[in-house]
Amino acid sequence: MTETIDNAVFVLASALRLAVPLLLACLAGLWSERSGVVDIGLEGKMLGAAFAAGAAAAVTGNAWVGLAAGVAASVALGLVHGYASIDQRGNQIVSGTAINMIAVGLTALLGAAWFGQGGRTPPLEGAARFQPIALPGADAAAAIPVLGPIYRSLISGQDALTWLALAAAPLTAFVLYRTRFGLRLRAVGENPAAVDTAGISVRALRYAGVVICGALCGVAGAYLSVAQAAGFLPQMTAGKGFIALAALVFAKWRPGAALATCFLFGLLDAAAIRLQGVELPLVGQVPVQAIQALPYLLTVVLLAGFIGRAIPPRASGVPYVKER
Amino acid sequence: MSAPIVLPKWVDLALVPALNVATAFAISGLVVLAIGENPLHAVRSLVAGSLGSAEGLGFTLYYATNFIFTGLAVALAYRAGLFNIGGEGQAYVAGLGAALVCLHLDFLPAILLLPAGVLGAAAFGAAWAIVPAWLQARRGSHIVITTIMFNWLATTLMAYLLVNVMREPQSMQPETRVFAPNGRLPQLHDIAGALGLPLPATPLNLAFLLALVAAFLVWLLLWRTRLGYEIRTVGLSPTAADYAGISTTRVIVVTMALSGALCGGLAVNEIMGVQHRLLLEFTSGYGFVGIAVALMGRAHPVGVVLASLLFGMLYQGGAELAFDQPKITRDMIVVIQGLVVLFAGALEGVFRAPLARLFAPAGPEATT
Repeated sequence: MTETIDNAVFVLASALRLAVPLLLACLAGLWSERSGVVDIGLEGKMLGAAFAAGAAAAVTGNAWVGLAAGVAASVALGLVHGYASIDQRGNQIVSGTAINMIAVGLTALLGAAWFGQGGRTPPLEGAARFQPIALPGADAAAAIPVLGPIYRSLISGQDALTWLALAAAPLTAFVLYRTRFGLRLRAVGENPAAVDTAGISVRALRYAGVVICGALCGVAGAYLSVAQAAGFLPQMTAGKGFIALAALVFAKWRPGAALATCFLFGLLDAAAIRLQGVELPLVGQVPVQAIQALPYLLTVVLLAGFIGRAIPPRASGVPYVKER
Repeated sequence: MSAPIVLPKWVDLALVPALNVATAFAISGLVVLAIGENPLHAVRSLVAGSLGSAEGLGFTLYYATNFIFTGLAVALAYRAGLFNIGGEGQAYVAGLGAALVCLHLDFLPAILLLPAGVLGAAAFGAAWAIVPAWLQARRGSHIVITTIMFNWLATTLMAYLLVNVMREPQSMQPETRVFAPNGRLPQLHDIAGALGLPLPATPLNLAFLLALVAAFLVWLLLWRTRLGYEIRTVGLSPTAADYAGISTTRVIVVTMALSGALCGGLAVNEIMGVQHRLLLEFTSGYGFVGIAVALMGRAHPVGVVLASLLFGMLYQGGAELAFDQPKITRDMIVVIQGLVVLFAGALEGVFRAPLARLFAPAGPEATT
């Protein structure tokens, strides 16, 4: 019994760790796409941020400086995408693709040139990393059945960025649905002409969406290199930005559903690692790849409208032309 | 400001693309400067490494072969208004088609087996593209998202097949057995050697000629056939196409099938021409280079071939460059590729407004 609970807590804790970067990137995409700017460059922004954060934390020895550098790098890439999409009315898919390529190349190139470790940044220790925060009484509570291990290993011992990510979802929901800014931002993603008619700047709102998106991607990237791992590795995002994109579609561009979807995708990932080579009753060995493929498969099925319908914000991807 | 910008034709077709690509390269030069190397030296070793010897040239053309195929695939879909970002996955699955034919039909003579392998690659590539196309045409699922998902599905599918199904029992490597000689495309240095002309060994093979033929056929299709006319109409205005009685569903599905089949050319070059076995990740991102190539070549077959040669030079020269100036790793090529996509694609209009002002007096005559 205790062993089952320990196992479950272990899997849930690793699911949470895997879900955090997805959640941050997914919410990032939500802000951008709700404002009408499609962003397939989440992956690139996360990677750029992971590198900047890892490099800055290694040089200064301070994890928070790393976070700031990560956010700055990601916002800078976001502004390039914003300039191309909003001011130049360029193709947003092409721009996102470019951001992804530039990030892959530049991080590896600069990493190799600056640190000479084949693209890695130097390993981080102590204050240069976000450390787990032990909540009061975690060890004392461990003796309590069921709730004890959950408190000790799942709730206590998370780092600051995990709490930030978990707070970001309700905060996003609040700002989007309960503030004037949120209403306007959603409106500009559905019907920019109406917002424009009301005398509100479409351009400013979309830039706001792009910058918030950049900042959240920056936190996601910093989490990867400064909290989850102890330093940056080339291509360390490994497609997480695209899973976040899938999660965004799966969550139908809603913050609450984004939280649930990212945790589900994190759980699938944790299960894939846990079930490697394990014989399950009835089904036998489940190939890891089958579980890894599930997020993509589920998203395609959802997009096809076979289980519910995922309808993007109406004006997303469409540049706004004030007048012809 | 918001009125469509009209430019003289030569400015539109030559000057604007040249300026865009020049900007991308200028910024690449700044990146090289930023890591403390000399961009001019870099350009010199790039050109020497890619064109300075028969060996370098062979490698350049071998890389260009991949880019012509994927570039044509992206360009063709682009003409129909579709953004096929799934070339990587389509080429990956196409490798499976080529390998299945070359492994299981190797009792056939080369003259039958090689075309069958090419068809196998094309069929599998097309099949992987048809699903997103159909979902776009009939269910309205955005083709960009579905093709991205299909790239990752291809990765997991191929990893599963190579690790669990197609691997040789006694081998630790996740790859198939080597094809019999009749399943290998002849390489240029073998042909030349047989004719008494010694050439250094390079991976350049018959797939290069196939790529040039494909470029000609795509041009023929787009500008000399009814289907090509329909593809371009759907690309310019789906509603007008609908009104004219063109079935957009059919055009989308057929165009994507052809696009996926073209990506199969990458598998032909790599699997049948060079590796002679199916292995993990043989596409190495060449599918994405197709996007840069198609945008730089303005989605025209001639432009695609020229842009492919340039990217072939970058890939081959980049390898030499990394040897001469170790600080400039091959990742530099990916940076250049991204900058080309950014400036020739997304920021394509940056120079239009200033140029329109510059050419304003010449404007009216040129538009007639």
